[in-house]
Amino acid sequence: MSDAVLGTRIALVGNPNSGKTSLFNALTGARQKVANYPGVTVERKEGVVQTPAGRRVSVLDLPGTYSLRARSPDEAVTRDVVLGRLAGETSPEILVCVADATNLRLVLRLALELKSVGRPMVLALNMYDIAERQGIRIDLDGLAQALDIPVVTTVAVRKRGLDMLLSQVDMLAAGNTDASLAWHEPSAEEIRAAHREAERIMRSYVKPPLRPDTWTGRLDSVLLHPVAGTLILMAILFLMFQAVFTWATPLMDMIDAGFAWLGQMVSLYVPAGLLQSFLADGLIAGVGSVLVFLPQILILFFFIILLEDFGYMARAAFLMDRLMGVAGLHGRAFIPLLSSFACAIPGIMSARVIDNKRDRLTTILVAPLTTCSARIPVYTLIIAAFIPNRLVGGFANLQGLVMFGLYAAGIGSALIVAFVIRKLLWRSASEPFLIELPAYKVPDPKNVARGVLLRGQIFLKRAGTIIASMMVLIWFLSSFPGAPENATQPAIDYSFAGMLGHLIHPLLAPIGFTWQMAIALIPGMAAREVAVGALGTVYAVGGEVEGTLATTLAHQWPLATALSFLAWYVFAPQCLSTLAVVKRETGGWLWPSVMFAYMLTLAYAASFAVFHIASLLGW
Amino acid sequence: MRLSDLGKGDRGLIRGIVPAGHDGPGEIGHDEMERRLLEMGFVEGARFHVLHEGLVGRDPIAIRLDDIRVALRRRDARAILIERDATP
Ligand SMILES: Nc1nc2c(ncn2[C@@H]2O[C@H](COP(=O)(O)OP(=O)(O)OP(=O)(O)O)[C@@H](O)[C@H]2O)c(=O)[nH]1
Ligand SMILES: [Mg+2]
Repeated sequence: MSDAVLGTRIALVGNPNSGKTSLFNALTGARQKVANYPGVTVERKEGVVQTPAGRRVSVLDLPGTYSLRARSPDEAVTRDVVLGRLAGETSPEILVCVADATNLRLVLRLALELKSVGRPMVLALNMYDIAERQGIRIDLDGLAQALDIPVVTTVAVRKRGLDMLLSQVDMLAAGNTDASLAWHEPSAEEIRAAHREAERIMRSYVKPPLRPDTWTGRLDSVLLHPVAGTLILMAILFLMFQAVFTWATPLMDMIDAGFAWLGQMVSLYVPAGLLQSFLADGLIAGVGSVLVFLPQILILFFFIILLEDFGYMARAAFLMDRLMGVAGLHGRAFIPLLSSFACAIPGIMSARVIDNKRDRLTTILVAPLTTCSARIPVYTLIIAAFIPNRLVGGFANLQGLVMFGLYAAGIGSALIVAFVIRKLLWRSASEPFLIELPAYKVPDPKNVARGVLLRGQIFLKRAGTIIASMMVLIWFLSSFPGAPENATQPAIDYSFAGMLGHLIHPLLAPIGFTWQMAIALIPGMAAREVAVGALGTVYAVGGEVEGTLATTLAHQWPLATALSFLAWYVFAPQCLSTLAVVKRETGGWLWPSVMFAYMLTLAYAASFAVFHIASLLGW
Repeated sequence: MRLSDLGKGDRGLIRGIVPAGHDGPGEIGHDEMERRLLEMGFVEGARFHVLHEGLVGRDPIAIRLDDIRVALRRRDARAILIERDATP
């Protein structure tokens, strides 16, 4: 549908973390990401809402900004949308300036700047629940008069005040819109003058809180404490990976048992032959071996979303700033790296908040080294097969410890590579590090549940689409052509997969990989988890499964091979979608190629070293 | 006095923004630095309170600036002229 049909378009503009996306979701029913740190939204998103007057209005959610003078790519999106500079798009007819009602000073200055754009505007004082709880008294009429725009109050997360906001939009839409846009980049003096004006308005119409939030200060004195804070950050990450292991195991065992039962049913009721093999070896063994990891993924996301909603991410940026500085980045870059725990793609996108081009590129190049959730199945499978499940030092689970080590290896190598890039490619000047630390909020159970379920859905969808279709392909390749009459080897050796595996195997033999692993790596480019499913299918078709896939591997691979495989997955660029996003974000094939080459080199070198050292040790 | 000279617990008023080595090659330049700081609220007359310091080299610092909390590096805090309250 074209915008012309919709008529009015409104844009949500405001300081970072003021609740624009929450408001967007409340208005349009969308489920865009909301979290308690500045710089969550980095793209323009569009949705539709019906106003009380029956007008269908298209709503634009935009990245937060302190000014239209965009400094980073995310802020440039906001500027270009508001000023109608995007190709094929006119500027939105109405601006909704979204303000955090507990924190008005900066946004009042922004509102004055936005007014100079020359579009009708309404000011939405969001988070009004918190303002009321703190006893901040705002003279709404006075504020509206002083700014000469309508002012409404909203509580985006409770969907309060939406009708008022929309009826203001109706009224503005009915009025005349002045088509000329008059914004110019304010000079330092103009910014100062606007500040003075904002300050005057603040003093006249906003009374400071009667019950200011004291929790944030109290929590910060522990969480930002130079020693305690750093230890707590480590402890949180450590706990997260312990939990990913220990909490998930019972659920995983249940899912595993479920698929084993399904497999048995198939072999009982489906006559032996191609169909049985397709169902049992292709679909159930393949997809099942990936689906088992759903609980772990949900637990990991549960932790990440809790931290994000609580307001901890900006604190992590503060605590990590110095360490990131060694690698030439600043603390802000830690947030994209932490987001990459979920998936490198949002991590790479969120690098848009970094102003300096080179710092941003460095962050993008190293983001895929942090351990994304698609690696969890691979890591868990190998750890479960080769690392004994016992306690170390009385409290730490050894398997969880190895997992933590792999995550640390990911972050550590990201920092080292960033350092090397800086030394080899460019020495960029250091960028100012300025970040607002938001007030802590008690995570909203609904938002957390929604976020976790959404991730679960995404994972299931991947399992049902990319992963399942890869499994079908792998099953086909490993079942055809069948073995000749006088076969001396297992049938799989004569199949396409067997031929392919044996063909590539010489390349991978120096790092200790078997030919079955060689088969798993290629479809593993579509999604890392596929490697696990592929191993499941290849061993199932080969008839070599003894119990679970993990026990099979434990019998078939030497420890050195397993460790080499882990090392490979720490570094290898096993994800086409990541490369595609890097191409989009950097505008060409140069940087994705550089990324692919350096990661492949690192993966091969690391696996080679690990395999040979482990073999020397007799593992 | 500059914000970069202060330690945890110090309070005072912002007095102005001065050039402080952001003019090197590839850096953002003083004019841009000044505007960024102003937009974040480092404006003459704003009150601040240094809340926290980092572990290594007491860097970065977290300050309360009027109603908001901001983290920044000492290197960038050098651009901010301040007047410290007399310690009681
Ligand atoms: N109590 C309360 N919390 C809110 C309200 N609106 C938003 N929040 C919370 O404020 C935080 C920020 O919300 P977002 O919607 O992500 O803010 P944003 O403006 O889109 O942020 P950026 O995309 O980073 O610019 C989240 O933790 C929300 O749950 C509100 O009206 N009341
Ligand atoms: Mg947002």
